[in-house]
Amino acid sequence: MEIKVLGMGCQSCRTLKANVAKALNDLALKAEVEEVTDFGEILGYGVSSTPALVLDGKVVLAGRVPQAGQIRALLEQATGP
Amino acid sequence: MRGSKALPRPLPAPGAAWIGFALAAAAWLLAYRSLRPFWDAVVFDAAGLRPGSRTADVVHFFLYDTTKILLLLSGVIFAVGVLRSFFSLERTRALLGGRREGVGNAAAAALGVVTPFCSCSAVPAFVGFVAAGVPLGVTLSFLIASPMVNEVAVVLLYGLFGWKVALLYVASGLVLAVAAGFALGRMNLERWVEPFVYETRVGGVALDPSRGLGWDERFAIGRQEVRSILARIWPYLLVGIGLGALIHGWVPESFFLRWAGPDRPWAVPFAVALGIPLYSNAAGVLPLIEALHAKGVAMGTLLAFMMAVVALSLPEMVLLRRVLKPALILVYVAIVGLGIVLTGYLFNAIL
Repeated sequence: MEIKVLGMGCQSCRTLKANVAKALNDLALKAEVEEVTDFGEILGYGVSSTPALVLDGKVVLAGRVPQAGQIRALLEQATGP
Repeated sequence: MRGSKALPRPLPAPGAAWIGFALAAAAWLLAYRSLRPFWDAVVFDAAGLRPGSRTADVVHFFLYDTTKILLLLSGVIFAVGVLRSFFSLERTRALLGGRREGVGNAAAAALGVVTPFCSCSAVPAFVGFVAAGVPLGVTLSFLIASPMVNEVAVVLLYGLFGWKVALLYVASGLVLAVAAGFALGRMNLERWVEPFVYETRVGGVALDPSRGLGWDERFAIGRQEVRSILARIWPYLLVGIGLGALIHGWVPESFFLRWAGPDRPWAVPFAVALGIPLYSNAAGVLPLIEALHAKGVAMGTLLAFMMAVVALSLPEMVLLRRVLKPALILVYVAIVGLGIVLTGYLFNAIL
């Protein structure tokens, strides 16, 4: 699964990245988490509010930092049936 | 079925969120009302400090103000956090796209206040707005109103100076955002926006984070806002209040009156010039302002200082440099700074 964290380097973007790592850990999933800081690319996803989370090319969350639990649920949904 | 973009979540009883909220609200009210009697008892009775003595004054000021401000902040940040969960940059962008100036400036300023907006989103937000056909001046009205009229500043002003000052601050902040944005729009400064901004196409399907949220999620957002904002500003609060307490107890009145009292006309521009390069959140600056005011510095001068500190932030300017040429940034700072100076004089006259 391809995971991207969209953000320009502020505190909440780093927190999102950390929470994603934790969620992956909890689910024992291995995935590359790419950080996208180029706003041209960020805008390409239609995102104005960072931080944002992209799973397999689809924007699943934007504008705030979810807790690890919510990220877990999102990951499960994405890898699920 | 609710929008497929809603976050999956466990199902609590629908009313549980509201019951929890009602209990918390009651507890908050109770705590707020018992603050003064509580600290009076602790400082004057239990610790035995003499009311009116410097030590007692300073200690009481510090303890009472810290807890009062923390309570006020928690309550309001929560409420505003929940309110903001109904808005988003994507929705604001859609609302402002293609609007003409004038009405657009007013709408942008109002939306600037209620839209959740982190400084780091300044660049994508700016480009997104322009790409959606929002005029430059309208976008700038949004960018001015957002940091300035923030709930932390308004709450603290209300808590420390009363509702008149708080209301005036909100009103002048909005007027300033509209007027400055409109003026900047009229100057046709598009040539000073980095060219690529006008060539960017916003792709994908916009995900609006404000849609499809349940009340328990909204309350959770409110709680999270309180946690994250308090976690970020508590050192500033302690330093600001501590400093205020010391000034309250120890600095003689004449010291400040000599160079910043109500009869010094150049105090306002001086305060604004001082405030522009400084950056702090409203929380850190306000307790200091309270103490300075108690020592005789004019309210208008102090509010102008605070506006300059909060509305014009160096980190945001640095970020915006990616989309705005230095000339535009300079004009932006100059116009907003001028507006703040005028507001300062106005406040000095009315308050």
